[in-house]
Order: sequence, then C-alpha cells, then structure tokens
Amino acid sequence: MNDVPLEGDIVTPGGSPSSEDGEFNTLDEPVRETIMRDVKAVGIKFWHVLYPKQSTALLKEWDLWGPLVLCVFMAMVLQGSSEDQILTGDGGPQFAEVFVIFWAGAVVVTLNTKLLGGNISFFQSICVLGYCVFPLTVSLIVCRIILIASQTTVLFIVRFLVVILGFAWSTFASTAFLAESQPPRRKALAVYPIFLFYFVISWLIISHTY
Amino acid sequence: MENLKEITLTHCTKQSAVIDLGDVETEEFKVLNESDYESDEVASRKDKGGGGGQSGSPYEAAKQSMTENMTKMMWQAGTQQARKAWSLYGNIDILRPYFDVEPHEVRTRLFQSFIPKPIKDRQKIHKELYGPVMVIFTLIALLLFQMKAAEHKVEEGTLMGTAFGVCFTYWLGAAGLMWFLCFVCNTRISAVQILSLLGYGLSSHCVVILLGTVIHTSHDHIFFYCLWAIIGGLSTLRMVSVVLSRTQGHRQRLILSGVLTTLHLLFLLYLHFAYHQIVEDLSGVFDDKDVVPNPVKDNVHDSLVDNNIMGNSSVIEQDHPDVAHPLLTSSN
Repeated sequence: MNDVPLEGDIVTPGGSPSSEDGEFNTLDEPVRETIMRDVKAVGIKFWHVLYPKQSTALLKEWDLWGPLVLCVFMAMVLQGSSEDQILTGDGGPQFAEVFVIFWAGAVVVTLNTKLLGGNISFFQSICVLGYCVFPLTVSLIVCRIILIASQTTVLFIVRFLVVILGFAWSTFASTAFLAESQPPRRKALAVYPIFLFYFVISWLIISHTY
Repeated sequence: MENLKEITLTHCTKQSAVIDLGDVETEEFKVLNESDYESDEVASRKDKGGGGGQSGSPYEAAKQSMTENMTKMMWQAGTQQARKAWSLYGNIDILRPYFDVEPHEVRTRLFQSFIPKPIKDRQKIHKELYGPVMVIFTLIALLLFQMKAAEHKVEEGTLMGTAFGVCFTYWLGAAGLMWFLCFVCNTRISAVQILSLLGYGLSSHCVVILLGTVIHTSHDHIFFYCLWAIIGGLSTLRMVSVVLSRTQGHRQRLILSGVLTTLHLLFLLYLHFAYHQIVEDLSGVFDDKDVVPNPVKDNVHDSLVDNNIMGNSSVIEQDHPDVAHPLLTSSN
C-alpha cells in the first residue's frame, strides 16, 4: 500500500504542461478571475447578438446565464408596481407572467424546431433564443427613458419605432444563428414561431406605458 | 451478477425457512407431546407437511427464484419502456410524423380551410398538426393584442393565462366531443384528423379577430357580424362538408353538422364578446362618472382649490367624506 504511484498517476500523464499554462487548472486561481472569465464569455455572446454574423459561439459554448439575466431584468422592469395597481386598477404583467412567457415561449419554439427535424440540442436553442432577446431589452430601456418625459404622440411613435427595430433585430439575429440547424426547405416554418414569440414580448414592451 | 446474488439470496432464505420449519416442527411437537387433544391428527399432519417440505425444497426454491427473477425482469423492462415513452425525445419521435410538412403545403391548407367542397366525394384530411398548433398560437397572440389594443387592462395577467387556457381547451375539448360523436355516428375519421380539421378551422377566428381589432368600430357590431357570418361561415361550411362526406345516414349527418357549426360559431362569438363586452362596460363607466380613485383625487383637489377660494370647505366633506379629510389636512 504505497502512496507514491498514486500521486504519480494524478500529477504526471501529459497534463503537466497544460496545468503549467494555467489553462485547465482553475483550482488555485482567484475567484475574481473565474467570475470575470464567465462574465466576459456572457458579454461576448451579447456582442455576437448585437452584431449577428454566422458565428457558432452561441451554439458551441451555450449557457443560460445571459437569458436568465435578461429575463429577470425584463420581468422586473415590466411588472406593474402596487402603487400603479391601486391608482389605476391596472395590474400590469406580473413578474411571474413575464418569466413564464419568456421560458415557456422559448421551450415551445425549441420543441417546434425539434419536431420539424432541426439538428440542434434543446439547450442550445434555448440559449440562442434567450440571448437574442437582448435587442428587445435595449429597446425596453430606451422606452423607459422616453417614458420619463410627458407623453405625446411623437414620443409614442419614437417608442413604437424603437420596439419595432428591436423586434426585427431579435428575429433576424435568432434566425441567423438557428438557420444552419434547420432543414433548408422548412426555414419558414421554423421562423414563424420565433417571430410570434418576439412579437408577444415586443407587444408587452410597447404596451407598458407607466 | 444481480441474478446470481438473487439466487444465492433466495437459497439463503430457503434454508432459513427450512430451519424455521424445523423449529416450528419441534415446537409443535413439544406442544403436541404436552397436550392431549387431537394428537393423532396433528402428528399425521406434521409428518405430511415436514416430509413434503423437505423433499420439494430444491424444486420450490428454483421455482420461486425463477418467478422472482422473471417478475423483476418484466418489471424492469416495463419501467424502462414507460420511462422511454414518457421521456421528451420519445414523445417527440411519436409526434414527429405529424409535423412533416412543407411551407407551401401549410399555405395551401390554410387557404383551403375557407373553401367549402361538395360532399359527394369522400374528402381527404391530412394528418398534420403543425398548422393547427401554429394557428392556435397565433390566435393566442391575437387575443393578447386585442385585449391590449382595446385598452383592456384589468386583470390582464389572468386573461393572458385565460387566452392560453381557452384556446387549447376549446381545441382539445371540441375535438374530443367531435371524436366521440363521430364514433357514435360511425364516421370514418381519426382523432388526429379531427384535431387537424378543427385547428385549421380556427384560422377563420384569427382573421376575424385581427380585422375586428384593427378596424374597430366601438359600439357597432355590424362589421363584426358580417365577418362572423362570411369568414366564420365559410370555414364552418368547409369543416361540415368534410365531415359529412365521410358520414352515412341523414340523422347522423344532421347531428354532426349541427354540433360542429354551433361549437365553431359560438366560440368565435365568445372570443369577440368576452373581452369586448368588458371593454365597453369599462368605457361606459369612464364616460359616465369618474369612479377610479385617481380622478376622484384630482376632482377633489380641484374643487378643494375652488372652495378654498370661495372660503367654504364643508361641501367637500359632504361629497367625499373619505377622501377629502387627508387632503384637507395635507393642504392645511
């Protein structure tokens, strides 16, 4: 029962050069570096969405952090405050409602893609759809800023255009990423539910008036 | 390995059972020796039982272990199959044939759902669910659009869930009812075909609701009734013609067409009026008198300012005793 070969086995075989590079050995790095690396990865994916070209970064290294952050942010901004509810009798979309629309919609679109014979995994599709809400989130922020001022027809048209732009951008980006995985003949069938999904979300944004 | 383990286990239990039997026998024997009642009968029973148990024990053990193994194997196989059937990908594979369509096919079928056909020939119904599912999702989105466009804000969260619930419940419920009636009336149609037929039929609802929302005539429903009669009627005729072409007998045809027409047209009426009626009530309320707290506050504030100028604040207290007090104190 000698411990020496056991230790030798763990340390030696071919892994030492890579661990010296610090590529795979993340055990003794600071927590800050670990977190920053993940944050950077999420940030790069956001950039890919804003500048959609045929990139596989969203598909290969999928994660659900970005969609979660976007979804929570949108749900928090869109939910009606209790004060508004008392004054106008308007509940507004609640946090849970936006949350459910976001995730249930993404799941339905993904299932549709799978049913049509798409060559993509479940979470890859959820990741792409979630990240591609980013343009709509930007338009939501713009709308919130516009809503600070007193509302006129011109401002409503501006909000409308901003949301339409976000909607088009989201749909275009998600199609750019998901187009590869679809059978070429059925792209229209796969795009339609995506269009509907972003339409409902953008409708929530534009109808959010307080 | 597991089977081996089980066999050894069963052997162990058998041995212990034999030992137990022996123990029982000796105890029984003791009791018998001590007691005077029915000693002969019990002794003979003991001989039979003990002898039979000892001679059949290997056979019994093998039989029992085999039974247990078989049960276990059957159970495992069954569980595995059930799990497979319930897993996501299993379900997807079951549904995949129904989603095998081309875009132009969907387009053609959507268009054809408004065109009635003669009932002489038996008409083909495609076993396809992509179109119906998408039509229903469109209908849900349009219902949300309708609610928002009509500035229908009260309990919106509930209504958003209701839009889902109403559409899917109607689709599945009506299809279930029609399937039962078709079964009773001996119509040659499968459940999937009914789902497909009813789903494509709902495209008329989408068109009517979209037009009714975009071209909104506030208190006049003539436009809606025209759309309801023409577009809804056409799609109803189409569905009825398809069902009738597959049914024999006048009575059965009458029942099926009556139920289908009633369900389809009443659902469209419901979708329109369930939300618009509330909107009208609300707008009526807003027009007639200000009952919402916010305008009341404003009114009170305005009248408060006026009355302060006039130097008479008691009128406000009579009109709005609940609201006026805090405002009075705050303004003072």
